[in-house]
Amino acid sequence: MTRTTVDLWVGIFVTMGVAALVFLALKVGNLGGGQVRNPYELTANFDNIGGLKARAPVKSAGVVVGRISSIHLDKQHYQAVVTLQMDGRYTFPKDTFATINTSGLLGEQYIGLEPGGDPEDLGAGDVIKKTQSAVVLEKLISQFMFSKAEEGAAAK
Amino acid sequence: MLERTAYAFRLIGAKVVNGVWRVGQLARFFALILLHSGTSFRRLQLTLREVYFSGVLSLIIIMVSGLFVGMVLGLQGFDTLQRYGSEEILGVLVALSLVRELGPVVAGLLFASRAGSAMTAEIGLMKATEQLAAMDMMAVDPVARVVAPRFWGGVISMPILALLFSAMGVLGGYLVGVMLIGIDSGSFWAQMQAAVDFRRDILNGVIKSVVFGVAVSLVAVFEGYDSDATAEGVSRATTRTVVTSSLAILGLDFILTSFMFRG
Repeated sequence: MTRTTVDLWVGIFVTMGVAALVFLALKVGNLGGGQVRNPYELTANFDNIGGLKARAPVKSAGVVVGRISSIHLDKQHYQAVVTLQMDGRYTFPKDTFATINTSGLLGEQYIGLEPGGDPEDLGAGDVIKKTQSAVVLEKLISQFMFSKAEEGAAAK
Repeated sequence: MLERTAYAFRLIGAKVVNGVWRVGQLARFFALILLHSGTSFRRLQLTLREVYFSGVLSLIIIMVSGLFVGMVLGLQGFDTLQRYGSEEILGVLVALSLVRELGPVVAGLLFASRAGSAMTAEIGLMKATEQLAAMDMMAVDPVARVVAPRFWGGVISMPILALLFSAMGVLGGYLVGVMLIGIDSGSFWAQMQAAVDFRRDILNGVIKSVVFGVAVSLVAVFEGYDSDATAEGVSRATTRTVVTSSLAILGLDFILTSFMFRG
């Protein structure tokens, strides 16, 4: 097969395209670093998840240890069932406490895990029993207002 | 009065019927190209030559445009984000808008006007100078020999150009955000990596650019093949290519986005 300059240029062109894809995948995207390895699933029930969304991170001590794979409503108890996809490198005790936190003032919501002292670890498919709902700002304000009003009534 | 209204309706009706007719022709032509694509891959040299003409020669305009679009995004994004004190997510803004939308769409529009118009003019001129008819006489199928390699050349080039556009845009955003304005480089990349998902954002962008590549190349070769065999006909076909394929890109982009990023 004869080699032409066109071939060289097309080769350079395609190589640049592949380089751009690799750059986007590794440097811009999260392929390589952010993916959850050997995942196992846990579920947690919350009374209220606030603005939590699927794909939000699961953190423990600030380190990302998993991602939320799905959220749906349990029809019997009217609770939100959150499925967590956990990184296989990390395990947590049975009495781990799951809370819904917000990063920054307006940031995204994530699930924070606080490990307990149980010697046994949570395995695949287990349910995190101890959970704390998201803080809903309106509820907080109304509670504050009611308590203020009660204070005012008591003072009179 | 009545006659004039009737005339107006007739005109609109004729336009609509003509449009539907062309869509049908376009679909038939697409099938014809796919049927005659064997040659473009058996004689890869033909297709590579077209990749060179539509892809390699578009490199400069695509990369420079990408760089500047990214730099402008950096400046404008910073201006808005700093009001909320969240300059660090500038990287997220630049990367997501480029990878998801601007990369495929702007690269597609540039590709349509840079390479699509050239394809149409070339094929149209071949038709006007009866080269296509001559090929037919020599039992060389013009669709297999001329049209299909150009089509596939465009389809191959377009995603690569869109990727390069996005990559250059991110670099442009980095230049402005980190080098010029002075956002912390670590948080620029880290926030970006946390927000950009390979499958959801980058692969969907690539899928978009492949679809745009098919649309632009198909419209370009069709308009060229279908043009009137006169100088005026070729010029009108070239204009129609740019207009139709640009509109097709924007319309398809809306449809694809509503499938990919809803919910």
